[in-house]
Amino acid sequence: MKPAPFGYLRADSLDQALDALARHGDEARVVAGGQSLLPMLNMRLTKPAVLVDVMRIQALREPVPERGALVIPAGVRQAILLDRPGLADDLPLLAAALPWVGHVQTRARGTLCGSVAHADPSAEIPLCLVALEGEVRLRARKRRRSVRAEDFFTGMMVTERADDELIEAVRYPTRAAGTGYAFAEVGRRHGDFAIVACAAVVDARRMRLAVGGVADRPTARDFPLLDGSALDDALNAFAWDLGAGEDLHATARYRRDLVRQLGRRVLSEARQDSLRCRS
Amino acid sequence: MPQLDAGARHRVRFTLNGAPAEVEVEPRTLLTDALRHGLGLTGTHVGCEHGVCGACTVAIDGVPARACLTLAVGVEGCDLRTVEGLAPEPGRLGVLQAAFRRHHALQCGFCTAGILMSLDAYLRLRPRAGRAELTEVVGGHLCRCTGYAPILAAALEAAAILRGEDPSGPATREATDAEKAHA
Ligand SMILES: Cc1cc2nc3c(=O)[nH]c(=O)nc-3n(C[C@@H](O)[C@H](O)[C@H](O)COP(=O)(O)OP(=O)(O)OC[C@H]3O[C@@H](n4cnc5c(N)ncnc54)[C@H](O)[C@@H]3O)c2cc1C
Ligand code: FES
Ligand code: FES
Repeated sequence: MKPAPFGYLRADSLDQALDALARHGDEARVVAGGQSLLPMLNMRLTKPAVLVDVMRIQALREPVPERGALVIPAGVRQAILLDRPGLADDLPLLAAALPWVGHVQTRARGTLCGSVAHADPSAEIPLCLVALEGEVRLRARKRRRSVRAEDFFTGMMVTERADDELIEAVRYPTRAAGTGYAFAEVGRRHGDFAIVACAAVVDARRMRLAVGGVADRPTARDFPLLDGSALDDALNAFAWDLGAGEDLHATARYRRDLVRQLGRRVLSEARQDSLRCRS
Repeated sequence: MPQLDAGARHRVRFTLNGAPAEVEVEPRTLLTDALRHGLGLTGTHVGCEHGVCGACTVAIDGVPARACLTLAVGVEGCDLRTVEGLAPEPGRLGVLQAAFRRHHALQCGFCTAGILMSLDAYLRLRPRAGRAELTEVVGGHLCRCTGYAPILAAALEAAAILRGEDPSGPATREATDAEKAHA
């Protein structure tokens, strides 16, 4: 398995990358960590004319704390973020989910923005972005915009991003007082893509559950604070509404059951966590 | 900003096992092929070519990574280590390699180079890594022969030796007990 021929451009600056994307349009692909793109190139599932490597752009290498959020630029690798001091305090959901993204050897190269761009419906990094109501910051040569995570993912590996746009950064809201977080997933083996992954965010008024691996994109729903059979009913309705399908890894029924079980577990853990943070 | 044409071959320079190296490749050439065909270093194995099996793992700037998911043109200026760099001199084994041999941590050996490189890089970054952490590291590799238990035993023993501890100390005893339980 070898990729079809392509040209290669190693951008040293953001402008160079954006110029190249403007010039080549849908013929060009960004390459970041390569952990999703290279398998597709090797299997010739995609045959771009030009790859634009963004990993040497100095300005995109460091996460930037903002008020109430951490902004993670395109050059930040998953392993680097996971090692960031204080990550578990600032972004408990990402700290819990990142170890489930592939393996040590793939996190060493893969980026957060690359995972968001790739938009695999079972990927953990987009799931957390949707759960936390984060944003995707897109930049083209003459435009800049910020898209809410929930609007960014539009289908199975399809997003709002235009061909000439780079995901400059993703913005993850950091821990808010009195809010609790929890993550859980079931896969065939650790490091495999999730069959179902769930992320919960709970505060004094609202429970938010985001589910990956079931619908064609990470999908969230807000509930009031529910317990007992009211919660069971709400989770069951959500599980059905996600329209689970059947594939090699799991039946639709098993996926719905995982949404109910994992959903209940993460909501309860996040609620506990929110109470702890309030006191 | 280097811009490399699709069909043409381009020179890439990097450090390989401590010495300067260069190779001529097309932009689409994978690092696995650059090492094996371009430089004749066939210690790095190729299994799946889509990142799953781990056979091709090498260290890039000190961290373990899949060579089959890396473009050779992308490692310009990087510091690469491959399995050829593990032995201190011809005819001798490195600490990890010797531990693999003592514990029968390989049979066919197809997966071995990748696992050695993952463990070598990881133990340099985290010399105190214990069983759970090393299980995760080895979890990034497929081995169809050994059942993994002897690989972990070898890794734990090598880690103890590299820390300058008595290899018959608690960490390694735990490893040997696990091996006995497995046998
Ligand atoms: C063995 C293995 C196991 C894996 N397991 C998991 C898993 O469990 N969960 C999971 O979520 N992922 C998993 N992955 C994929 C993950 O490792 C990738 O890192 C991630 O999906 C893509 O990030 P990347 O930086 O490698 O992007 P690349 O592969 O470089 O790019 C992916 C796509 O995004 C585009 N792109 C990248 N960056 C940008 C940007 N800044 N702006 C615009 N477009 C961009 C590229 O053009 C390409 O289309 C696995 C991969 C492997 C090889
Ligand atoms: S050959 Fe690279 S991971 Fe299998
Ligand atoms: S020793 Fe044969 S695959 Fe690991």
